[in-house]
Amino acid sequence: MSLRVIQCVAGLLILLHVSTASAELSIEIVGAGEHQTPVAIVPFGGDAKLSQAINDVVINDLLRSGLFRMIDTEGKTPHVPAEVSFPDWMERGAEALAIGTITIQANGRIEARFRLLDVVKQTELAGQVVSANDGQVRAVGHRIADLIYEKLTGDKGVFSSRIAYVNRQGQHYRLIVADSDGYNEQTVLSQNQPIMSPAWSPDGSHLAYVSFETDHAVVFVQSLYTNQRKMLAGFGGSNSAPAWAPSGKQLAVVLTRDGSSQIYLINPDGSDVRRITFSGAIDTEPNFSPDGQFLLFTSDRGGSAQIYRMPVKGGAEQRLTFGEGNNFSPRHSPDGKGFVFTHRVSGKFYIATQDFQTGQMEILTEGGWEKKPSYAPNGKLIMFASEARDRGILATVSSDGRVKQRMFTQSGDAREPVWGP
Amino acid sequence: MKKLVVSIMLVNLLAACAGEKPLLESETPTPQSTREDSESAPASATEVEVDPLNDSRNILAKRSVYYPFDVSAVQDEDKPLVQAHAKYLRDHADRRVRLEGNADERGSNEYNLALGQRRAEGVKKMLMLGGAKASQLETVSYGEEKPKASGHNESAWSQNRRTDIKY
Repeated sequence: MSLRVIQCVAGLLILLHVSTASAELSIEIVGAGEHQTPVAIVPFGGDAKLSQAINDVVINDLLRSGLFRMIDTEGKTPHVPAEVSFPDWMERGAEALAIGTITIQANGRIEARFRLLDVVKQTELAGQVVSANDGQVRAVGHRIADLIYEKLTGDKGVFSSRIAYVNRQGQHYRLIVADSDGYNEQTVLSQNQPIMSPAWSPDGSHLAYVSFETDHAVVFVQSLYTNQRKMLAGFGGSNSAPAWAPSGKQLAVVLTRDGSSQIYLINPDGSDVRRITFSGAIDTEPNFSPDGQFLLFTSDRGGSAQIYRMPVKGGAEQRLTFGEGNNFSPRHSPDGKGFVFTHRVSGKFYIATQDFQTGQMEILTEGGWEKKPSYAPNGKLIMFASEARDRGILATVSSDGRVKQRMFTQSGDAREPVWGP
Repeated sequence: MKKLVVSIMLVNLLAACAGEKPLLESETPTPQSTREDSESAPASATEVEVDPLNDSRNILAKRSVYYPFDVSAVQDEDKPLVQAHAKYLRDHADRRVRLEGNADERGSNEYNLALGQRRAEGVKKMLMLGGAKASQLETVSYGEEKPKASGHNESAWSQNRRTDIKY
């Protein structure tokens, strides 16, 4: 009896949550991966509404990757391996099958027992219990989608990761943290002055960002757990472009306290400020390599904005981009083998990547108003700011350029996205 | 194109009253009638000592410097205006100004923040060459974050590549 009540309440909460969440944004997907694995995701047994909510999250996550095709599960409801008839699923063309059950425990926690089966080999690929608090239905779905993605592609899933971006409505700015699919948004900071350049600490616990709340650009660091924040750099002129070292024990920032915009290192508590570029030109947008040894940055020392690399300890600076146009906003790929950046030529902005070894640039997008790219933790997707229907939107492109999606938030302009852990 | 925009602005500036923020948006002129009414009369009767800063016909009424794309040096046409402010600041050691650099939206916003700062610094240097003291001058940049004119076109961009001299 009491369990029934809990289920009912939980079901209602979920319904409410899903409906508000679906009003927040719409997602359009264009293109498909070279090979799409046909997968059947059977709605899990147990609480029907909860099961449906989780099922939706799993399916949407997998579809957004462009690497999967959904097989119809109509009329078939196996929840445990003993109930699976493999020939049926082979006939429907599925290569993999996900089944499971959802239970709500007395303390309200959701528990999903889930299995991924190889239909062709008739074996179990993965089996896991995923549990979460009752408010975290989507988190359970993302976790299951991650497991399926990882087993079937060999790459880590990123559906459980988070993003940060800035929403602008007129003169009102909000710094937002959300799930990587744009749902579950939480406002970190809300004010009537611009917010720029959010940067995740490597452990995902803090955001550094630029705020104009004191009427000039100042860098803050804010805890996402306690919401406590402190001014990291508030010198005269502009303080901007924070970037965390992979250790989390140091940041690079851009200061103008000695004249032009130059790159400095600084501790997370604001101590030990040390200048590391001395060009006298504009040096900005530093980004640490995954091994913490190098910085990529944008500089106009050669007469126009281009991308350069230097050792963090100082030393020879090397120009990496040449040719027609300007290049901005470099960020290393998670494997450290290349970088993504904004390429501007003939009045359009493109998202492009370049390999360190070959120096080859590859343009991934059609071009338009596309800025601030950042990699998903697995390096397979890139999120960037774009424009559509006269609004700033978030967009992603797969690192091979094949699959693109656009995320329309409910209102205002979405800008300055950055993919977090 | 840019020259035309600047001259339209000049007309606007002359029409606007002194001591107020210059009216710059030729695209979206806000109603200024009240201001004009209050200040238009004493044009010929100015035997009284006026702070030249409050004289709408004085070059000091012009307080914005404009730039070509990705340029941060003060252009020849704006040098007389910056030099006039330098002289005023030299003669009025108690006055302070805030130099606010801005950029159009082309480029990354971090690059544009740096560009706006360099524009403001360039005006600061020229003011100091003309006799202003560093202690009278503060520089900040808004980059592309606070555009005066919106729109993805040159007429908006040309208004946004700017350093404002604010007393």
